Amino acid sequence: MPDLLIELFSEEIPARMQRRAADDLKARMTDGLVEAGLTYGGAAAFSTPRRLALALEGLPAESPTVVEERKGPRVDAPEKALEGFLRGAGVSKDELEIRDEKKGQVYFAKITKPGRPAEAIVAEVLEGVIRNFPWPKAMRWGAGSLRWVRPLHSILCVLTDDAGEASVVDLEIDGIRAGNTTQGHRFMGQGRFAVTGFGDYAAKLKRDKVLLNPEEREAHIWQEAENLAFAGGFEVVEDKGLLAEVAGLVEWPVALMGEIGEEFLGLPPEVLQTSMKEHQKFFSVKNPKSGRIERFITVANIETEDHGATILAGNQKVLAARLSDAKFFWENDLRVARDGMGAWIDQLEHVTFERQLGTQAARIARIRALAQEIAPAVGADVEMADAAARVAKADLSSEMVYEFPELQGLMGRYYAEAAGLPEDVAAACEEHYSPLGPSDEVPTRLVSVSVALADKLDTLTGFWAIDQKPTGSKDPFALRRAALGVIRIVLDNGYRIKLDRFIDGQLLRHKIGLNAKKASEGEIDTLEEVLDEVADHGVFGAAFQAVLDRVKDRDGAPETGDGSLLRTVGDAVPDLSTDLLAFFHDRLKVYLRDQGIRHDVIDACLELDGGDDLALIVARARALQEVLATEEGENLVQGFKRANNILRQAEEKDGVEYSFGADVKFAEAPEEKALFAALDRAERAIAAAVKEEDFGAVMAAMAGLRAPIDAFFEAVQINTDKDIVRRNRLNLLNRIRVICLQAADLTRIEG
Amino acid sequence: MAEKSEKPRSFQEIILRLQAYWSSKGCAIMQPYDMEVGAGTFHPATTLRSLGSKPWAAAYVQPSRRPTDGRYGENPNRLQHYYQYQVLIKPSPPDLQELYLGSLEAIGIDMDLHDIRFVEDDWESPTLGAWGLGWEVWCDGMEVSQFTYFQQVGGHDCTPVSGELTYGLERLAMYVLGIDHVMEMPFNDPDAPIPLKYGDVFRQTEEEYSRWNFDVANTEVLLKQFEEAEAECEAILTHPVDDPKTGKRIIMAHPAYDQCIKASHIFNLLDARGVISVTERQAYIGRVRALAKQCADAFVQTEAGGVECSA
Repeated sequence: MPDLLIELFSEEIPARMQRRAADDLKARMTDGLVEAGLTYGGAAAFSTPRRLALALEGLPAESPTVVEERKGPRVDAPEKALEGFLRGAGVSKDELEIRDEKKGQVYFAKITKPGRPAEAIVAEVLEGVIRNFPWPKAMRWGAGSLRWVRPLHSILCVLTDDAGEASVVDLEIDGIRAGNTTQGHRFMGQGRFAVTGFGDYAAKLKRDKVLLNPEEREAHIWQEAENLAFAGGFEVVEDKGLLAEVAGLVEWPVALMGEIGEEFLGLPPEVLQTSMKEHQKFFSVKNPKSGRIERFITVANIETEDHGATILAGNQKVLAARLSDAKFFWENDLRVARDGMGAWIDQLEHVTFERQLGTQAARIARIRALAQEIAPAVGADVEMADAAARVAKADLSSEMVYEFPELQGLMGRYYAEAAGLPEDVAAACEEHYSPLGPSDEVPTRLVSVSVALADKLDTLTGFWAIDQKPTGSKDPFALRRAALGVIRIVLDNGYRIKLDRFIDGQLLRHKIGLNAKKASEGEIDTLEEVLDEVADHGVFGAAFQAVLDRVKDRDGAPETGDGSLLRTVGDAVPDLSTDLLAFFHDRLKVYLRDQGIRHDVIDACLELDGGDDLALIVARARALQEVLATEEGENLVQGFKRANNILRQAEEKDGVEYSFGADVKFAEAPEEKALFAALDRAERAIAAAVKEEDFGAVMAAMAGLRAPIDAFFEAVQINTDKDIVRRNRLNLLNRIRVICLQAADLTRIEG
Repeated sequence: MAEKSEKPRSFQEIILRLQAYWSSKGCAIMQPYDMEVGAGTFHPATTLRSLGSKPWAAAYVQPSRRPTDGRYGENPNRLQHYYQYQVLIKPSPPDLQELYLGSLEAIGIDMDLHDIRFVEDDWESPTLGAWGLGWEVWCDGMEVSQFTYFQQVGGHDCTPVSGELTYGLERLAMYVLGIDHVMEMPFNDPDAPIPLKYGDVFRQTEEEYSRWNFDVANTEVLLKQFEEAEAECEAILTHPVDDPKTGKRIIMAHPAYDQCIKASHIFNLLDARGVISVTERQAYIGRVRALAKQCADAFVQTEAGGVECSA
């Protein structure tokens, strides 16, 4: 059973693409071989900056011979049909077999596809793989037309038989002829060498200073880094992503530890870490005693006579230049911060947030207004929330954040502290961006929560107001993440907030901003008045009408007729609000599904209580899911659906709604009377439990209806000749529907 | 690889060694283009000559201007006027990486002592409508060159592909010479009768241009000049190609491209003056790119652009 070794040697492959490329090489080669009839025992793929390698064990020497039987025309069929069949099958007439079938005698052909040597198949498959390789970005070079991630220089492709005899696979692609040679390290290797198989290949690479396996390089780097740090009494700050990247930048890793100049140790550790990682790919090394980052580790690709002294000195110099920049930014920034950050806040007047939504300053004004409204709802100090919202994005003007955008928020916190602002305000500068991902922590400080919610809701309502909702995979403003952030902040903290009024109010704020230029003063004033009214009473429609009624008799009252600005805004806000709430519901479903709550269960709870109190929806859904898991619950749903179906059909047929007036005095059967009594009890119990928000009790009371409903259907025929009894029974079914709907919309439950 | 050479002693020695090296490798050693440009790529020897099918090999120093980088000569690394060394070879030879490493040896970088790395860095010039794939080359963690295989220039696919090398000369020289502040770098030989440092040559101009770039340049004049350059570029290209005087067909791709370069530099000046908003910025870049594309379209219709001479 031969083994196969392939190496594709090129100029430096971007580190971030290497692993994926090795996997693709393995998957595409093995798929292609198997499809052509070549199975294999084992496969392993490797990558270094200059090569992709694949080793396959236990290939058959050739693909198996395949015999295929093909049914032809009947013996008495026209000659033409037979000719066509012979041509297609590639056989002559005397090779055909005649068999008796039900419909008469039929020709059969046996087509033998002889196996092909592995070498031919490998050559064919490899050429296809190389020509169609899924690089994220590929290029041409020289005068050729082949595409590869960077110029491809050589192809090594050998089959090694059981005797250890190696043969080169005959293959040429765009002038590159496959061979059995490769080269080692660019500087420490000793020129080209031939290999006989994978073992020989890996060993000779190592001799020529190439560690083929990226995992081995990673382990080696980490080991060396830890040893260096440990010897100096330090510890390396773990960074898996950086480790993988660095392992993709070297073929022969040599870790070196260097010092960070004393003058830079006063910089925030995150600044040191970010600057060293982003620009230089250095690991940070911490002094456990001081808690500061005091050293760095760089990974070179070469062993030198001076044990890396020159390399380290160079790296230290580059780092010093980088950190001088960072220090320069930090010190400049601190001066502005200590002055209260006013200059930065002013500067945001000139920075566009989004073309239609205006400047960052306008955005901050909106967030401040909303944060002040949210603060009382979560128990935060209103003035503190406003102060925090005012400075939360000031660091966007700082030099440090301009240089390192990923430090936004964190720098805000440092600068707010330098400005002498209260701790809650400083913390909010950082925490209001949270949570950034599904596993990121949510803020718990009340001031941070107020600003975080206000920020996210402002973004969402803004993009809704200008109709830039996410579509499909396109979500350039990360609106899904913002909505999930709101959901997680509310649920994780257990807040009882009705989102609707905040959404309405903020949509209106956006509409005011968007129309400020073209609207008349009276129109804007009126909308501002509506905004105040919404803040006080929380219902947009009523607030809007109340204000319109109030202003219509004033002098110079604005137009309110169809097509007027006020009417357009008044019509648009409720629609946008409903649409945005539905978006929240979708995100909520995704979020709860990950926690094991069925989507139909959530659907059954969304529309109750306005659907904007997320915590209430979730409490109800959890209780419903629990009760549905019981036999009682499951059967109740069946009973409910039966009642609902009968009722719907009767209503359709009779053209009326059976919605009230069921009277126990027309009840005939004892089961019917019992159901009346049970519904009375359940109605009272559910109403009381809903008021208490004790959804366990709500669902239990509902489930308690299962036995009387089942008994009722068992004993009673709805349709009787006595019309009054029939109508009474239908009205009774309606009571089941109405009472259950107070607990959950069971029509949504599937199954 | 080349024999280990003595360390160079001055900025100009590094330049001279690069010139000698690339000359020995067969490049035409050209002189800087006589217009203000932001980078060596703008020289027609790169931009235009990377287009079309004709082989090409050129190397040159290009003084480059980036008005926003001015620091009045005070910053150790930043300058509004600096030198780039540029090499362009079409088609890119298979041993371009080795050739490049040879050039580092030639200026005294010992490959056995230093850590040279090719780190992914894809190049794109929105103003030239150009992009390529390649690396920034690191020496001991410092970026010393940009190495690019051009894929597209002026909206045209590059066939064959050119290999482009760009060295930031001041930074590279400071590293090789072990200098911390650019103004302290020996320009000529330190033992020359009149030794000059980089600061002796350029400190004053850095100061003067920083002031002019940031605060004084007349933006109204510049805006007008931008419009004029743009209009002239288009006018040149729409001019009838048949020259009545010589009776020849003369496409004026290079004169038009000069106007494109001019517009690009004026845009950089306006940017430094802070009179271009974020949204306008994109629009200006788009206007320059449109000019570059038209120039590229015109160049590929010429003999140098690969069209067989009809005569």
